[in-house]
Amino acid sequence: MHSWIEKQRNIIDFTLSSLSRRKGKNIALLLVYTLLVFLLASVMFFTHALKREAALTLRDAPEIVVQRISEGRYEPIPRKYIAVLNKIKGVTSVRGRLWGYYYDSVVGANYTIMVPENFPYKSGDITIGSGVSRVRLAVKDDMIPLRAYDGISIIFHVRDVFSSESELVASDLLLVSEPDYRRLFGTSKDLFTDITLKVRNAKEIPTIAEKIVLLLPDARPITKREILRTYESIFDWRSGIIVAILTGAVLAFIIVSWDKASGLSADEKKEIGILKAVGWETSDILLMKFWEGAVISLSSFLAGVLLAYVHVFFTSAILFEPVLKGWSVLYPEFRLVPFIDPYQVSTLFFLTVVPYTVATIIPSWHAATIDPDSVMRS
Amino acid sequence: MRKSSLFFVYLAVSSLLLEAAFTHAQYQQNRRSPELRENARLVRTLELTDLCLFTEARYTRNPSVADFYAPFQDHPCSLEHFPSGSLIMPNRGNAENHALMD
Amino acid sequence: MMMLELKNIRKVFNQGKSYELVAVDEVTVSLEAKKITVLKGPSGSGKTTLLSLAGCMARPTSGRIFLGDRELSSLPERFLTEIRRTHFGFIFQQFNLVKGISTLENVMLPAYPLGGPHSALKKHAHELLELFGIGGRASSKAEWLSGGEAQRTATARALINDPPVIIADEPTAHLDTKLSREFMDIVGRLKEQQKTVIIASHDPLVYEAAVIDRVITMRDGKIEGLDV
Repeated sequence: MHSWIEKQRNIIDFTLSSLSRRKGKNIALLLVYTLLVFLLASVMFFTHALKREAALTLRDAPEIVVQRISEGRYEPIPRKYIAVLNKIKGVTSVRGRLWGYYYDSVVGANYTIMVPENFPYKSGDITIGSGVSRVRLAVKDDMIPLRAYDGISIIFHVRDVFSSESELVASDLLLVSEPDYRRLFGTSKDLFTDITLKVRNAKEIPTIAEKIVLLLPDARPITKREILRTYESIFDWRSGIIVAILTGAVLAFIIVSWDKASGLSADEKKEIGILKAVGWETSDILLMKFWEGAVISLSSFLAGVLLAYVHVFFTSAILFEPVLKGWSVLYPEFRLVPFIDPYQVSTLFFLTVVPYTVATIIPSWHAATIDPDSVMRS
Repeated sequence: MRKSSLFFVYLAVSSLLLEAAFTHAQYQQNRRSPELRENARLVRTLELTDLCLFTEARYTRNPSVADFYAPFQDHPCSLEHFPSGSLIMPNRGNAENHALMD
Repeated sequence: MMMLELKNIRKVFNQGKSYELVAVDEVTVSLEAKKITVLKGPSGSGKTTLLSLAGCMARPTSGRIFLGDRELSSLPERFLTEIRRTHFGFIFQQFNLVKGISTLENVMLPAYPLGGPHSALKKHAHELLELFGIGGRASSKAEWLSGGEAQRTATARALINDPPVIIADEPTAHLDTKLSREFMDIVGRLKEQQKTVIIASHDPLVYEAAVIDRVITMRDGKIEGLDV
């Protein structure tokens, strides 16, 4: 056993000496490889953590949300629908929701403004999210003007700011009272944005959803399951930018491996001949080639994954920020809770380390079986 | 030091760091679970349907409850304006169910 | 003692083709242990081929090779490599050092797959380099060595596994007179260490040297003369 370890160490010694012959090239290779792993691992960590957090956070989202379709778009829903929905068997409560988007031209940001079921303050008061606070430089007891639908400015008194831990759900929220909401948007008293339902038995949700459509043909129910599924498939591999990243990464790996896979140079063949001539067996040559591939790919994999972890969970995926932020002015601070899927990490390992190592060994197969005799005559 | 020893040291150190990362993750999960519970509570009391990820456009801010044509805004041939629209997919779940209902 | 016996050895290259070449033609010879034998002859005489056959580097087309009582020519590849590694050390005409690595590492190379204790190997390699007067060049890259230094490194490499038989192919081809004489001194020292040495050379400095025990003359793949 000890001699087996010593043998590996010897061969790795030789492999490292051999690699440092072309120092510049191999260091560049190492860097590119690490970068690729870093990119893939970052995407993997980020999307997985976000999905897990979404699943945990949204598990108590409304069971059914009913919206109304008019001219192919979602439109406000009439108050009288509430009574109809209340009559459905299995529905325990029905509530009209008021929420909309507010574009703040002062800073160019979009907020979500809503009326909660129990607004603890009075008219003229507002609760804001920490993102709003950040963008508007507004804190508790400040006064914020909001522009109503008719051009009139209404001043609101900031009574509370959501904590920074709530960034992921409440970053852009403005909570106001119902009268204030209707004053701001000019929404008439017999309209709501949509309606939420609570049901007695979660298993009955699909049945109830069907009944809703039968009773109210222009209504579209959205179930909690669908809400959760939206976030399960977020950043799906089929989505635009993810496809671009994956394709780029695959191509880069192919290019990196191409150099190895396209066969040995005359120098490399000669070197193998010399090794055979001084007593190395074919299996020793292949072992050396294995380590040549493994040294680079293992080192890059470990470095790439570690850097990705730091990137995503310590710097909130700072390199992805330009892409995620897009044109938005209000960008939540993604201090994601580190949820790691070890299965994903090991898949990444097999997808990155194995192909490269194999690409290093296979082309050497033929040369490794060279007859040492031919070295004598060269 | 032998070259191979350097390599093994590197492997050992980075494996340890990786192990530390997993431990850190576990620790953070435990430490921040009150935070997650609080956010879940907010979702419940405010009846929220989405995480606040992309505030660019309404269908990126509330993808779960966005109608299918929102990305097209004014015109069926209107191309995607917003970068985050290319990050999240259209809501297939809703599409399937709604097709059944139509 | 281990005598190397070659019986009715034939080596044909590209057999069956129009450019078939009979390099060694029905050669029978015994190479005595602990003696220095020179294979003498012009290029194309088959001496290099005979060397590689004797050293288990290649298999004969027909005929048998014995090392002591053991028949080598019918052994499977793995065992042959094992024998080659433990019994033979080669000094090639072109030296064939691995470029880009140090002199010391070049000397240690043949022992790497054996997995013995590293520090002992390193010490042994240093001792060999000292023995040939190039201890100071241990950490130089192989390509920076002079002809004579490379020759001695190749010799040290051939000795790292302490083989009983040393085989050298045209060892003085790239050396001047002074270095050639120094090489023959080294050969003398090897003889003192009870090693068997087989050299192929057409250089009179080699085959006329005093240390030589026996000269075998070859021409066109056959043995012409056996001088003692």
